[in-house]
Amino acid sequence: MKVECAKTMAAEEVKLLKTWSSLFGLRVVWALKLKGIQYDAIDEDLSNKSALLLQHNPVYKKIPVLVHNGKPISESLVILEYIDETWKQNPILPEDPLEKARERFWAKFNDEKLLPSIWGAFTKEGKEREEAIAAAVENLKLVEEELKGKKFFGGEKIGLADVAFGWLAYLICVFDEVTGFKIVNERYPLLLAWMQEFSQLPIAKDNCPPHDKLVIKFQALYEKHHPAK
Amino acid sequence: MAEEVVLLDFWPSPFGMRVRIALAEKGIQYEYKEEDLRNKSDLLLKMNPIHKKIPVLIHKGKPVCESLIQVQYIDEVWHGKSPLLPSDPYQRANARFWADFVDKKIYDLGRKIWTTKGEEQAAAKKEFIESLKLLEGELGDKTYFGGDNLGYVDVVLVPFYNWFYVYEKCGNFTIEEECPKLIAWAKRCLQKESVAKSLPDEEKVYGFVLQLKKAFGIE
Repeated sequence: MKVECAKTMAAEEVKLLKTWSSLFGLRVVWALKLKGIQYDAIDEDLSNKSALLLQHNPVYKKIPVLVHNGKPISESLVILEYIDETWKQNPILPEDPLEKARERFWAKFNDEKLLPSIWGAFTKEGKEREEAIAAAVENLKLVEEELKGKKFFGGEKIGLADVAFGWLAYLICVFDEVTGFKIVNERYPLLLAWMQEFSQLPIAKDNCPPHDKLVIKFQALYEKHHPAK
Repeated sequence: MAEEVVLLDFWPSPFGMRVRIALAEKGIQYEYKEEDLRNKSDLLLKMNPIHKKIPVLIHKGKPVCESLIQVQYIDEVWHGKSPLLPSDPYQRANARFWADFVDKKIYDLGRKIWTTKGEEQAAAKKEFIESLKLLEGELGDKTYFGGDNLGYVDVVLVPFYNWFYVYEKCGNFTIEEECPKLIAWAKRCLQKESVAKSLPDEEKVYGFVLQLKKAFGIE
């Protein structure tokens, strides 16, 4: 078994095109680390995209892109499911179709509802900002409800939804610091507890981008969206 | 198998059509419940409290929401017949990528075509055609996106075919001129009973859209 594993490892070539700060790229890092997969990380400069990126993601020209034995996969949630189906250890999706559907639903909720609303609260101004905050509050309430009686969205262990929400654990405090406004506050005790648990996981502890560097980056982005009048 | 399957749906919804097609492909008997979206049923609000949207698939009393998730669920539960997703992980990832592409592009761009005018509509038409051409590229010389048989991407995309008439009328353009291969593919899909019986008549859809435009004061 051990020899077979070594042989398989030697034959695998896994590359991940990402950036140092992208939360979407980080999800893929977490999944690869969770399963103990060796890979080459290539940090892209998005203002000067590499030929490799343009070749491997011609449709969107975005990161992350996972390249497995020369074959590219794009879109972080698609990549996560591919990783889970290809490397069976430490699964992030359950076997049961209904439970799988639930994980996918919440991962999608983060990407299509929660994250855009919080990003809107960070970047918009005036009435649009008020609306984004209201939407974020609603979305956070729903996420809080979903965590009732659970340690992780996946139950006792993390699943696809946890990996999707994982950005909250290390990035929301950056937003708090930059805006001076705490959006994930004491109204969401379960979510705060989950963020603590998630950030203590080995995959998160060892692999999040440096806080100070993130503050500098998002401070600059904030100023760009809120030019001094 | 006497399994209880209920589908909460709205007849012109392309998202609902996806689920109808998937259930038909698998030969599953189910109860179809038409929702009045201006007066949503208690059942809909109970089964999809988060989005309050159709379609909702209810299987043995448990809801599954979001059409792509529903189609995958159906494929996994009734895996013995007419598989929609391939078995190879890379091919599955490819199918998921393109299904996601359809979701990101076709509905919103199509909607812009029938709800806007002038520059905004022109931009939407351009990007819409570009998106369809990318899909044509992915189809290539295959009979279906799924190969020899109807697959996940076919089920996800074909419901928009009978909305093409709406976009063409409102946008004043012909999709077949730009994307003949895709139209040929859609017509092949319509030869399948599962698809033909799941898609309402395009004139009926257009009539519905005209009513909506009137109701919302859209030119």
